Order: sequence, then structure tokens, then C-alpha cells
Amino acid sequence: MKKFNWQIWAAFVLSLFAFISYFLLFVRFPVTRDFPWANLLLFGAAVVLMFFGLRRAFSSDRTHPLRSKIAGGVLATLSVVVLGLFVFTVFIFARLLPASHGAPQVGQQAPAFTLADTTGRQVSLSELLSTPVNGSALPKGVLLIFYRGYW
Amino acid sequence: MDSPEESRDLSKQAGYTFTILSDPNAEAIRRYDLLHAGAGISGHDVARPAEFLLDASGTVRWINLTENYWVRARPEQILEAAKLLK
Repeated sequence: MKKFNWQIWAAFVLSLFAFISYFLLFVRFPVTRDFPWANLLLFGAAVVLMFFGLRRAFSSDRTHPLRSKIAGGVLATLSVVVLGLFVFTVFIFARLLPASHGAPQVGQQAPAFTLADTTGRQVSLSELLSTPVNGSALPKGVLLIFYRGYW
Repeated sequence: MDSPEESRDLSKQAGYTFTILSDPNAEAIRRYDLLHAGAGISGHDVARPAEFLLDASGTVRWINLTENYWVRARPEQILEAAKLLK
């Protein structure tokens, strides 16, 4: 029987991967970004691994019982911290948005603005609404997309 | 919040054909009440993500004010909303 308790280490590494992979990989696809089920599955696997690892760490046939318990306890705690950070960042922190009660409602006139386009030329909302597109047709409307701030 | 030059570089790289406007002083962002003060990198102001579909008269016909900034409107949602403009 191997003496090294690989389960507690694998569980911790997996929980780190479950955290990081959201921001580096899964955010690129709406299906895994809107609700991070893929990452929650990975965290679930980490929890299962950690369960078996802790059981082993606290079993009576360890070569160094105290060291096993400490290692198991520390890694399990760290993994829980990583999971907590993930839940906070994705579910709580991302919802800490201003109320925006003053944003225009359906049926209201959109506030006017004039801003620089990529050539530095000033473009107004009224211009966007009245400049013909595709030859001579006037636009049916304008879609305004406010992105968070930085690409 | 990107400058026109930064947006132009990105637009060229990605092959975008739509108009990108820069709002470095958050003028339009404030007018639309979308300012998210200090939430950007280094404590800069950013906008709370939102999409507004206007008809030809400039009246708002559809809004998507996301509650979670990881979740944005999908293209299908916007195309569906665009049917309102017929």
C-alpha cells in the first residue's frame, strides 16, 4: 500500500484547477460562463477526493499519524477556502452592481450623446439613427452595447 | 473606457464592422446611469454592462441590464428583440 496520501493533494490541486479554469477557459463559452456548472462539477470531484483522502489521513495505520492529520486538515481547509473564493467571485461579487435606477426604461427616449469613434471623429446618437445603411435605407434602429470598460 | 486608438486596434484585429465609440470620461455612461465607480483595474471607473435596443425614433424598445457581469446577452436574444423593430 502506497504511503503517500495522494488523494488529499490531488483534491487540493483539483480545487485550484477548478477555480482557475473558469477565468482562463470556461468564461469563453456562454454555456459554461453564465452558470459555472463545469467548475462546480470539478469542485464536486475535489470534495469526493478530499473525503477519501481525509479518511485515509485519519486512519489508524498511518506511519506518521499526527503529520497525516495536519496535512489533511490544512489541505482540506485550503480547498474549502478556494471553493469559497470561487463562489464569492462568481456569484456574489459579480452581482455587486450599482442600481442604475436612472437608466432609460422601455418607452423612454434614449439620452443623447456625442462620442469619438475609432478615427477620433465625433459621432452623435442622432447621426447613428439617421445615417443610411446598406445603400439608401435608413436604420430601423440602433443597438447600444455598453461593455464593462476594457477589452 | 478604452481610447479611440485602443478600440481601433482591437476592431482591426478582430475584423469588427460595427461602430465603436470611446467614452473615456464616462459621459454617456453617466447619462445612462451605468457608472460602476472604482470597479475596474487600478480602481478606475467602469460601466455596468447593458444593452439598449432603440427604434428609428430613438425610443428604447428593449433593455438588457445584466444582474451578473459574467452573464451577457446572447446574440439570439438580441436578434429576437430586433424583431420588435419591424
